Amino acid sequence: MTATKLGGPVVQARPAPEEPSGRKGQLVKIPLLGLTVAIAIWAAFPLIDNEAWIGLAILVATTGGLVHLYSTPRHIPLKYLAPGTILLLLFQVFPVLYTASTAFTNFGDGHRGSKQEAVVAIQTASVTRVPGSQQYALRIATTGDPATGPLVFLITDPVTKQVSVGDADGLKAIPDGDVASGYTVLSFGQAGERSAEITAFAVPTPGGAIRSSGLTRAYEGRAGRAYDENCDCIRDTTTGQTWTADENVGAFVADNGERLAQGWKVTVGLSNFTRVLTDSAVSGPFLRTLVWNFGFAVASTGGTFVLGLLLAMALHSDQVRGRLFYRVLLVLPYAMPSFAMLLVWRDMFNTDFGLINNLFGSHVDWFGGSASARLAVILVQLWLGYPYMFLVATGALQAIPRELSEASRIDGASPWAGFRRITLPLLMVALTPLLISSFAFNFNNFNAIYLTTEGAPFPADNPGNGATDLLITYTYRIAFGGAGANYGFAAAISIFIFLIVAVVSAISFRRTRHLEEVHS
Amino acid sequence: MTWLKQVGWRHLVGVLMLVFALAPILFVVSAALNPLGTLSSSELVPTGASAGNFTRLFSETQFGRWFLNSLVIALASSGASVFISALAAYAFSRRRFRGRRVGLLSVLLIQMFPQFLAIVAIFLIFSTVTDLWPGIGFNTWWGLILLYLGGALGVNTWLMKGFFDTLPRELDESATVDGASHAQVFFRILLPLVAPILAVTALLAFIGTINEFLIANVFLTDQGSKTLAVGLFGLVAGERNNNFGVFCAGTLLTAIPTVFVFQLLQRYITDGLTAGAVKG
Repeated sequence: MTATKLGGPVVQARPAPEEPSGRKGQLVKIPLLGLTVAIAIWAAFPLIDNEAWIGLAILVATTGGLVHLYSTPRHIPLKYLAPGTILLLLFQVFPVLYTASTAFTNFGDGHRGSKQEAVVAIQTASVTRVPGSQQYALRIATTGDPATGPLVFLITDPVTKQVSVGDADGLKAIPDGDVASGYTVLSFGQAGERSAEITAFAVPTPGGAIRSSGLTRAYEGRAGRAYDENCDCIRDTTTGQTWTADENVGAFVADNGERLAQGWKVTVGLSNFTRVLTDSAVSGPFLRTLVWNFGFAVASTGGTFVLGLLLAMALHSDQVRGRLFYRVLLVLPYAMPSFAMLLVWRDMFNTDFGLINNLFGSHVDWFGGSASARLAVILVQLWLGYPYMFLVATGALQAIPRELSEASRIDGASPWAGFRRITLPLLMVALTPLLISSFAFNFNNFNAIYLTTEGAPFPADNPGNGATDLLITYTYRIAFGGAGANYGFAAAISIFIFLIVAVVSAISFRRTRHLEEVHS
Repeated sequence: MTWLKQVGWRHLVGVLMLVFALAPILFVVSAALNPLGTLSSSELVPTGASAGNFTRLFSETQFGRWFLNSLVIALASSGASVFISALAAYAFSRRRFRGRRVGLLSVLLIQMFPQFLAIVAIFLIFSTVTDLWPGIGFNTWWGLILLYLGGALGVNTWLMKGFFDTLPRELDESATVDGASHAQVFFRILLPLVAPILAVTALLAFIGTINEFLIANVFLTDQGSKTLAVGLFGLVAGERNNNFGVFCAGTLLTAIPTVFVFQLLQRYITDGLTAGAVKG
């Protein structure tokens, strides 16, 4: 197995005397390239309109690269890899890198935008109604779906009858008459359902903000707190208290240490990472969770593989009548939507009216004890996962020439020896990468825990970490649950998780290289 | 006795697994037919039969619309994803080039990053996309399909590369000597031989897409653009006990396209590789 024997050079050294369907290939290739260019042109117009020159440059470079790639006879491997790679870079690598980069920031609730946005938010939130506030007539509208779309205020000045539209960025006058276009005015019923949102909605103005007063009236209130550039601080106009900007934490801090809730996004270096290691509330249960996480991933992957392979072997024989019948029914669990079945399984384990306690006449609190809860989630994974292993094992078994096992039988090998020495090694060539992927998937199988036990049972002294928690559900709770979103910290923990899985897989990958070379 | 040893155990394993496999499904069927439609009144064996839950499903929700959305998105993205990963698997299995091992490893590594955390980034990216190209933005088929295709190179490439590796290289080498181009080797010789694994992969991708919840839930907010997973989850997010029957009815109907696709591909999955071709 050398490069010269397999790579491009073979084609070049011995050029084909004629290519009978070469013209047919061109007939497919040229329209496809034309289509690519047409899509690129369609995509270019909005980029030009918005003056997104970097985006346009990437688009032109990518399109040019593609056209060049498919019109030269060189770079054969890249021709096959380009479509998937481009999609992978756009929709997988880019989001992941972006997420990873937030691990070095304090991005999260209260630290979402720039300092300027934080100042506006603080001023807007401190708005109060004062005597003599300007009054407006108000219509509440949206630019999207009435139930979920972003809100805007359509405000009419009672004197000039000038209509303006206000959103979180500020107030903008609308040329007269042109109100209806682009906005859906909410009916009272629709507005009533979003009243909490409407009450909190404020349109910033130079001296304060416009807020709603009921569903038809608005007033312009005065800000109680204002930013003072000289001291780089926020000053309360009535009490005179100040909060000074602290660029290290991205918040305005008072002398007594009190922080304003609205901060901004700053780079915090490695502090998210050190917190994982030093914060006892995080690092304490980390090891225990890690051990169970490995146990869960190994039991789920190994269990489904053994079960699936056993079934595939059992049904891989011409002597078994009704194989089709078995196959159709046995993969049914895989056809059922897994997210729904996880919820159904949770109800089947219910203590009071769950199916399992009903059937066996027992009254076990399945998710109440660590051992039974862990057993339960693994059992659910076995049910959900074995048809997949059964399918791929069946496919792999059929790819193995029967002559091989026949030959071993004729040579006098027992069926077990034939399986152990011939079938299994060949199966592993095809299935080992799959098992690694399956392990990686189960290691981070969020739904398996989140939709069933939600991490329960929790020890009495630590409501943040349960017996069935995987690292990922544990992270999710710390990052998104309870105290508000903290994406920066969550990203830091997910990098730890990523490293653990990557190391385990890299070790397993060395074994697949070994297997691959054995076979070729 | 020989029969028992050679065939009997196979049936025993099969029957035991059938019981394990079908019990929860029977429970869902029974709950879907249960006239009361609540969780607490559902039993393993149907106690009564009523189509009430199904009529409620169609009259009170946009189930038909969700069904169509799921079907289009899952069919398009699984078909395209199988083709894309077959192309890549061919390059990784048959061609030797610089960066091959790095490429293979990267594909494996990238999918190990906990994806749900990237959702914040995906949301921000598609907010921009929706502004620039509404046709592939939020609440559209195309946008979600493209997003799913980003993961096409993941697990499927590895699965297919494994199967390309098991095909003897003499096949394509002799074709090359006979003057076939690389495209002809790929489309005419190798692709038909890996048809069974293409079928399996397509099925896996289809099922994965139908079940995808986390990303779709962020991506599709309009009632009419939801997929089955998002729509059905919404049913039990609030009132769990009362909607259980309707939820189970929806679950059963969601399974139908998957079962249908499986039946369609059954021939390829069970046929296996043609033994004659492998002898090469």
